[in-house]
Amino acid sequence: MPLRIGVDVGGTNTDAAVLDGSTVIASCKRPTSADVLTGVAEALRDVTAGVDRSDVHSVVIGTTHFINAVTQGRFLAPVLAVRIASTPVPLPPFTDWPDRLVNAARGAVIEVEGGHQFDGTPYIETDLEGLREALSSGEAAHLRDVVITSAFSPVNADGERAAQAVVEEALPGARVTLSHELGRVGLLERENAALLNGALRPLAQKAIDGFLAAVADVGIEAPIFLSQNDGTVMTLDTALRFPILTIASGPTNSMRGAAVESGLSDCVVIDVGGTTTDIGLLREGYPRESSLAVQLGGVRTNFRMPDVVSLGIGGGSRVVEGAGGVTVGPESVGYEITTRARVFGGDVLTLTDVAVAAGRLTIGDPTRVADLDPELVRRALEYVDDAVAQCVDRVKLDRGEIPVVVVGGGAALVGSNIPGSSTVQRPSEAGCANAIGAALANISGEVDRIFSLAGSSRAEAMAAARQEAIDQAVRAGAVPESVRVVDGEDIPLAHLPGGTALRIRVRVLGDIDLTKETADA
Amino acid sequence: MPELDQQLLDDITLGATVLGSGGGGDPYVGMLLARAAIAEHGPVDLVALADIPDDAHIAFLAAVGAPGVLIEKIPRPADGVAALEMLEKHLGRPFTHVAPIEAGGFNAVTPIAAAAAKGIPVVDADGMGRAFPYLDMVTPTLYDGKSTPMSLADEHGNRLVVECATNAWSEAMARAGTVASGGVMYFASYPMSGAQAKAWLIEAPLMRAARLGATLRAARAEKADPVAALLAEHGGARVIEGRIAGIERRTEGGFNFGEATIEGLGADRGRTMSLLFQNEYLVAREGDDAVLTTPDIIMTMEAETGEPIPAEELRYGFRVVVVGLPCDERWHTEHGLRLTGPRRFGYDIDAVRAATSATNGESAEGN
Repeated sequence: MPLRIGVDVGGTNTDAAVLDGSTVIASCKRPTSADVLTGVAEALRDVTAGVDRSDVHSVVIGTTHFINAVTQGRFLAPVLAVRIASTPVPLPPFTDWPDRLVNAARGAVIEVEGGHQFDGTPYIETDLEGLREALSSGEAAHLRDVVITSAFSPVNADGERAAQAVVEEALPGARVTLSHELGRVGLLERENAALLNGALRPLAQKAIDGFLAAVADVGIEAPIFLSQNDGTVMTLDTALRFPILTIASGPTNSMRGAAVESGLSDCVVIDVGGTTTDIGLLREGYPRESSLAVQLGGVRTNFRMPDVVSLGIGGGSRVVEGAGGVTVGPESVGYEITTRARVFGGDVLTLTDVAVAAGRLTIGDPTRVADLDPELVRRALEYVDDAVAQCVDRVKLDRGEIPVVVVGGGAALVGSNIPGSSTVQRPSEAGCANAIGAALANISGEVDRIFSLAGSSRAEAMAAARQEAIDQAVRAGAVPESVRVVDGEDIPLAHLPGGTALRIRVRVLGDIDLTKETADA
Repeated sequence: MPELDQQLLDDITLGATVLGSGGGGDPYVGMLLARAAIAEHGPVDLVALADIPDDAHIAFLAAVGAPGVLIEKIPRPADGVAALEMLEKHLGRPFTHVAPIEAGGFNAVTPIAAAAAKGIPVVDADGMGRAFPYLDMVTPTLYDGKSTPMSLADEHGNRLVVECATNAWSEAMARAGTVASGGVMYFASYPMSGAQAKAWLIEAPLMRAARLGATLRAARAEKADPVAALLAEHGGARVIEGRIAGIERRTEGGFNFGEATIEGLGADRGRTMSLLFQNEYLVAREGDDAVLTTPDIIMTMEAETGEPIPAEELRYGFRVVVVGLPCDERWHTEHGLRLTGPRRFGYDIDAVRAATSATNGESAEGN
C-alpha cells in the first residue's frame, strides 16, 4: 500500500494528510510552531499514527515560509548581484524594488562587460578579469549569496557559467544563482526572480534541514519533495537551489486539493483561512493563472501565479459594529483565535463566534455567544456572504452558473447561497485541502526562450523545445511515459527580417516517479 | 503642461500600451529609463506643440527593433543621446526639442530619458498618434517631410548616418542596420523646424495616453469596470468580449503576421471574431465582414482589470475585451489611407472606422 503524505505549513496552521491513491485515509491540523519544524513533526506523527510508516512513499511539503520572508523583508540574505551586459548598464540590479527589500537583500552590485545576442552569438568577450578584480574589493569579498545575470542567457548561458567559475574561486562556499536557470527572456524580471532566490537560499537551507530532521524524527524514510507555484513538486536538492519556485504554493495546493476532493476539474474554489479567504478558478484541474506581471512583495517578476482574489476575511476576523454598519476583517486575531475568540473563552468578537451563534458552525462553547444580538449576527454574515459573492463573480470567466467548492479551516463560515453557483460543495476533508493538494502534485518542465531559425524549420524548433521541456521534467523526477504537453506557443520576434528567430514557450507535466529515491541527485 | 512626475509617467505608460494597438512593445522599460534619467539629470519639461517657436529644431528620437530583444538588451539612453548628437553634427545645428515618433508602446516614452540627459524639452507631439510598424507611416510623410538625414546608434559603439531616396527606403535601411546590430538601435530622424512640426505633427499624444491611463487607474481604484470607463470617457467602441480561443503566428518579411480568434462570452456569446495583425492589429473580422480596421486603433484589454495586452503577449484562454479607438483624422484622408489603410497591408478592403463615441450606442459594425 504505497502512501503519500502532504503537509501544508501555513502562517496559522500546519496541516497534514495521508493518501492512498487519491483517497484520504488520515488528516490532521496543528498550530504552526514558532520554529515551524516542531509543528511539522507533530503533524506528521499525528497523521501517521494509524499507518505503517514504511508504506509512505513520498512526503510533499508546501510552505508559506518563503513568501512571508519576501513580503515582510525578514530572514533574507544580502546578495551580490553580478550583471553581465554592455556597461555602464542603464537599469542596474534592484531597480524598481521597494526600499524595504533593497535594504534587506542588496549586498553589492558588480557590472561586467559581456552579453549575447538573441541568437546566442557573443557580442563581446565576458570581462572575467574585471570581475575577478571587483570580487577582491571589500564590499563584495564578504558576501556568499551571489546572483549572475547576463543578457540573453536563456539563449546562451556561457557568460553566466564562466562568471560562476570565477565567483566560486574568489568566494569559497558561495551559493550562486544563475538567472538562466530561472528561465525566461525579459532581463529585469528574470534577474528580479534570481535576486529574490539568492536572498532566500540560506533560509531555504535552514528550512529544508528542518523538514528533513522532522521527517526522520517521525521515522519516515520516504523521499521529500517541496510543492511549487504551479501545483507541481520539486526535489529538495532543487528546492535548496531554487526556493523562489515554491513561493506561491499555498493557494495552488488548496485549489488542487479541492479538485481532488470534489471530483470537479472546472469550478470556483473558496479557501477560507484564519485571516484571509482566497478565491480562484480551477480549469481542467489546475488554477487559472494570472495574465499580468506578478509582483512578489512589490518586486516585478515573470512568474506564473494562480490568479487568486484575496479577501481580508477569515475565521479570526474581528466583527466590528461602527457608524457605517457591521464590518468583518481585515483585522484578525490570527493564530491566537483559540484563546481570544469568545467561544474559546476570550473577549474578541470574531467571525467564528458569529458563525457559531448563527448555527453555521459547532465549535468551542456556544453559550458564550448566546447573548449576541441576532441582527448583528445576521448583518455580519450578510457582509461576509456579499463579499464572497462579489469575488466569485470576479473570478468566473462566464456569467453562467458554475460549481463552487469551499475548503479551508473556515469552510463552514461561508453560506451556501452563493449567487452564480450551480452547486456548493464542502468536502468532508475540506480543512486539509491544501495538504491533499500538496500530496497529489505533479512534476513539470518548462522552456521559454528564443530559438534561432538559422538552419532549422519552425517545426524542428518546436520539437526541440518540447523535447527540452520533457527532458527537464524527467530529470526533475517525472515518469517519462506520463509526461504530456499542457501549454505551448511560439512567437516570431517582430521587426527582424527573414523569420530568423522564434520565442517558444512549452510547458509539460508528468507524474512523480515514486521509485526514485532522489530524482534530482 | 503638468509636471512629468511618477504618477504622470505611470499613466502615460499604461495609456501608451493601449495606443500601441497591439504592438509597440511594453513601455515599462521605457518608463524605468525615463525615471532613472530624471532622477540623475533633473526634471524634463514637457511642452505643448502650440508653444514651441517656429525656429525650433526638432527630431524624433526612438528605438527600432524587436520587442523581445529590447527586454534583454535594454537600450541605454546615452546611446540615444549619441544618435541625437551625431545628427546635430551632421546638420551643423543643435536640436532644441525632441519628440516621440509614435504614441504607442516603448517609443512613447523613449525621448524622455534622452531629453533629461540633454537638458532639452520633449514636445508633446508625434507622427502616428498610435503605433505603426513602418518608419514612413508618420504624418510628416503626408506633407513631403523627409525622414533623413537619420542617425542610428547602438550600445556596441556602432554609429550610422544615412540619407535615403524616400521615407520608405529609410525604413529598409534602418531595419538592415538594426539586424546587424543585434535587434535594437536608437535612431534620430525627421529633422524639422518648429513651424513644420506645428503643421505636420499630431498634438498631445502623451496627454492622451495619460488620460487613458488615468481613467484605467481610477476605475480600478473604484472597483468599476475599467474598459467601460475607458470607452465612456474616451469615446471608443466596444467590439466584443470573449475568450482567446486560438492564436496563430507566422513570420513573413520580418514581421509578425497572425490571427487571434475570439469566442464571445456573456452578451456576446455565439459571436466569433478574428483579429489579424502585422505587429499591430490591422483588421477585426466577423465572418466575412471587417468590423474595424487600421488606421483606427484596435486593442485587446483584459476584461477584469482593463490591462492592455499586446498581440505578442496574447495567450490561449485570456478573457479580453476588444476595443476600437479613433485615430488621427489625417489617416482617414485619401493620402493617409494610402499610407496606413488596409490596402497598404495587403487587405483588399475599405477602412472601417471605430464608432467615435460610446454614447451613440453603436459599436463598430461594418459599413
